[in-house]
Amino acid sequence: MTDTADRRLRPFDRRLLRRVRAVRRVLAVDIAAGLAGTVLLLAQATLLATAVSVVVEPRGHAVAGLLATLAAVVVIRAGLAWTVEVSGRRAATTVMSELRRDLVALRLRPEDGGGRDAPTHEGANSEIVMSAVQGVDGLETYLARYLPQVVLAVTVPVAVLVWSAAVDLTSTLVMLVTLPVVPLFMVLIGRSAAARARANWEALLALSAHFLDVVRGLPTLRAFNRGRAQVTRIAETTDAYRRTTMGTLRLAFLSGLVLDFAATLSTALVAVTLGVRLVGGTLGLRPALTVLLLVPELYAPVRALGTLFHASADGLAATERMLGALDAGDTPREPTAAQPRLLPLVPPAPPVSLRGVTVTFAARSRAALAGVDLEVGPGELVAVLGPSGAGKTTLARVVLGLTQPETGAVEIDGMSPVTCGLDAWRRRLAWLPQHPCLLTAPISDNISLGRPHAGRTEVAEAAKRAGAHEFICRLAQGYDTVVGAGGVRLSPGEQRRVGLARALLRGAPVLVLDEPTAHVDRETARAIAMTLDRLRGTCSTLVITHDSDVAAVADRVVHLEGGCIRTPASGAAAGVAR
Amino acid sequence: MIRRMCELAGLRPRRLLVPVALGTISVVAGAALVGIAGYLICRAAQQPPILSLTVAMVAVRALAFLRPGARYGERLAAHDLAFRCLGRLRTRVFSALEPLAPAGVESYRDGELLSRVVADVDSMQDLAVRVAVPAGTAAGAGLVLVAGVGAVFVPVGLVLGVGLVCAAVGPPLLAARVVTRTARRQAGLRAGLTSDLVEILDAAEEIWLNEADGRALARVEADDAALVDAALRDARGAGLADACGVAIAGITTVVALGVTSAAAAAGRLDALAVAPLTLVTLAAFEAVLPLAAAARAMPGLVTAAHRVLDLVDTRTGVVDPARPLDMPTAPEHRRAPQIRVRQPRVERRAGVRLLDEVSFDLEPHARVVIAGPSGSGKTTLAHVLVRFLERDGGEVRLDGHDVRAHRAEDVRRTVLLSAQVPHVFDSTVRENVVLAHPGASDSDILAALAHAQLGDWVEALPDGLDTRVGEGGRTLSGGERQRLALARSLLADSPVFIFDEPTAHLDATAAHALLDDLWGATEGRSVLLITHGDPGPFGGCVRVVTG
Repeated sequence: MTDTADRRLRPFDRRLLRRVRAVRRVLAVDIAAGLAGTVLLLAQATLLATAVSVVVEPRGHAVAGLLATLAAVVVIRAGLAWTVEVSGRRAATTVMSELRRDLVALRLRPEDGGGRDAPTHEGANSEIVMSAVQGVDGLETYLARYLPQVVLAVTVPVAVLVWSAAVDLTSTLVMLVTLPVVPLFMVLIGRSAAARARANWEALLALSAHFLDVVRGLPTLRAFNRGRAQVTRIAETTDAYRRTTMGTLRLAFLSGLVLDFAATLSTALVAVTLGVRLVGGTLGLRPALTVLLLVPELYAPVRALGTLFHASADGLAATERMLGALDAGDTPREPTAAQPRLLPLVPPAPPVSLRGVTVTFAARSRAALAGVDLEVGPGELVAVLGPSGAGKTTLARVVLGLTQPETGAVEIDGMSPVTCGLDAWRRRLAWLPQHPCLLTAPISDNISLGRPHAGRTEVAEAAKRAGAHEFICRLAQGYDTVVGAGGVRLSPGEQRRVGLARALLRGAPVLVLDEPTAHVDRETARAIAMTLDRLRGTCSTLVITHDSDVAAVADRVVHLEGGCIRTPASGAAAGVAR
Repeated sequence: MIRRMCELAGLRPRRLLVPVALGTISVVAGAALVGIAGYLICRAAQQPPILSLTVAMVAVRALAFLRPGARYGERLAAHDLAFRCLGRLRTRVFSALEPLAPAGVESYRDGELLSRVVADVDSMQDLAVRVAVPAGTAAGAGLVLVAGVGAVFVPVGLVLGVGLVCAAVGPPLLAARVVTRTARRQAGLRAGLTSDLVEILDAAEEIWLNEADGRALARVEADDAALVDAALRDARGAGLADACGVAIAGITTVVALGVTSAAAAAGRLDALAVAPLTLVTLAAFEAVLPLAAAARAMPGLVTAAHRVLDLVDTRTGVVDPARPLDMPTAPEHRRAPQIRVRQPRVERRAGVRLLDEVSFDLEPHARVVIAGPSGSGKTTLAHVLVRFLERDGGEVRLDGHDVRAHRAEDVRRTVLLSAQVPHVFDSTVRENVVLAHPGASDSDILAALAHAQLGDWVEALPDGLDTRVGEGGRTLSGGERQRLALARSLLADSPVFIFDEPTAHLDATAAHALLDDLWGATEGRSVLLITHGDPGPFGGCVRVVTG
């Protein structure tokens, strides 16, 4: 939000225009409607002036016809207002919908998820999703109100000046006297945008953040009997902020004051000069009235634009956040080799090899992996041990194709992700991540995520092998129990076992397991180790673990420390602490 | 309900007077400006002596200054009022919330819900700026203008009155109906889409690896299509309300012109009055223009007000006794009581029972570990012990006296609860520790920090005790946060400490280190440690199992 201060009166974001077709359409509608609206405005003023002058200086004209035309103009203007509103809001909804779809599609392709290797803070996803869903409100203000007003702010003043010059040139010159106010307004609105940003975002946000902080900390305050003492603190803080904010608002509202004054002053000036000239008999009533009705319209659209500017600038922030997220993923990548039409047959347990793999994250100076060589033979079970931060998870991500090594290569059965394409690559892999995610769906669907057509017995079989069957059966609806954020919450250990069942059921030839026994009780951990033991030969497995039981069943244990492999040794000689 | 909300916020009619009066002046001055300018021109066209126009000319110039000035004043006065109301509302809500936290407020279990309520309180400032002041201005300016126009020519006064009422009621009502009808549906769809999106983005890599991306995308698209459909319906309704507003203003003006010109033709009205009356009629609609926006905001404000009032109306079950037993509260007299717990029972709504079979004694200076799976009521037990929550049965005694015989604050001076996630305020290290004992000296604070094994940490901080810890203690690790809470407790110097799952958010190594420090720092006090994990050095203590 801090960038609000830097924002200036900017008609539209080019990125938005480029990305979404709906915006181009709404822009076309707005321009057409703006032009039509301007013409109708001129027509209304002229008709009204004519009708009044006909009444005041009767010359036998019928007023009825004029009134009917005027009514028609009014109805068309109302219809135009409806069109602009609906088209703008339709566009806002469609744009947000397209942006959301692009965002999800982008995030679901790791090869395009540029820059995501750097760990993002927790909750970053919910922030971007909040923008993606709630942001439509801001975009509505922008597309349905601000953008049409931009068009009017250009067409109406020009049309008013041209038309009144045609009717009465002298009055137009009087109007032009007040015109220098507009640049002054621009300067003020630029200033007030910054001032208002300070007022609204810093003061108001800080104020409500302070209140939220105190409310959240209430249990702690009460434990120390300090709750009631905060009441006066809140009153004082709010009042102090009110005073500083009002100081800034006094400045922020100046731009409105200046434009209002320009509008009323030009009306008064024009009226007085017209009066003098009418008395002198150098001007007719009808042109005089027409000009008088047009004067206030000279500044009205710009004034309205100023009001909408702040609202739409704040509203656009959400859209800009999303565009930023999408642009980050749009950095062009080197094209991967043409994907082979026929995927090579993969043996049931192919060898996996890493050669000289180095990975460095931009945020850190030290390499996460420094020249790692590792072989997992066909059907072999290799355990990776090491302290936290040693690069174990990065190693797993390289094998999975989720992190591209800077140098070195990873191959399954002699093929690298580059030669066969990530789409084919992922088909050979099953993965238990460090934090397996459960989707809001029945537990059976969660297990069969990687194999959607698996039958109930296969699902149960996988759950049994992962040590999950028993607790699932204890749930009220068994395998039909909805889990995830919108359902029953499982403990970390239970989530892990569901994740393991998911990886096992996928039936991929290469299995990558990140701490399969973390948060799991001793007995279940032993059962899981037995399951891994039985996997030998059916698939090639890389397991990251701290668990001595798991390490004990491995064919080989490798130690990873500071991004390097220390002592490759066989399971028996590894000296795992028991 | 809105009335109660206004009461709570101190939004009284008297306080609305200044902004509404200024708003009325602004609208009336605007209408008068064009009206008088119209009269001036029509009269001038009759080529009278120029001196006869002086009054109108002066009036036009004066109004040109009055209108923008009044409008500027109105905006400032309205915002000032909104801030004042917000301040009042905040203290009132906080005072209501204070005796409830944390046990009596459901929302404390869900941090997001709490932020929601706080946002609801904040949204009430719209009640002044967007609803009350515009509504007052519409009424004030409407009445003045109808009266003024009616004084010149009654039929046009009637026409304007009817037109204004239509514009003030019709479009806003339509807008409000559209909002209420679609808002709930849209809110539901949005919530569904939001949670689906978060879930899918969080699991993006796992979904991709399992080749489930197509299915995930289809789910988002289905959610999205429903939302777009609902939004479009909303847009059509809202657009209709706007269009009606434009049409009513225009048609009323045309009718006013028709009525005046017919009357002028029939000689019942001076032809000079036609222009001013018509122009004032057109300008008068500025008064009711903001009402549609107010109406659109109303349903949301009503829902927010409901949530806030629900919270304010929650009653706590904890009542201090009429004649409380004395308890030594001065630090030098405080001593650890013998705490006796016998099957305390807490009943929740719908007959859910918590805590049935827990019984133990905490002797002075002893340490007891309460173990049990999550959801077995360990935290509830702690809340009962410090009187955040009233029990429904069983026994809890301090030195043989029912804990309910004491004032709740006295009990908390003796028994100090350190919550599972102790709150770290967005302030300095000093402020965060000193709240336990206002007025404590820096050396006391530093001693407490050192005792909690944060001595080196605070020395390494750039500004020492004055270092800000960031929102929610963002800059602290889980272990540092718990140690900061420990330092607080040590500074408060209560004889009995309760630690509720201090290691819940720490990894095994950090958890062990913390428990070692807790063990060392609480020497000589009674300690109740609640945990479901490895109790570390507390392993040798009496162990009570719940659930």
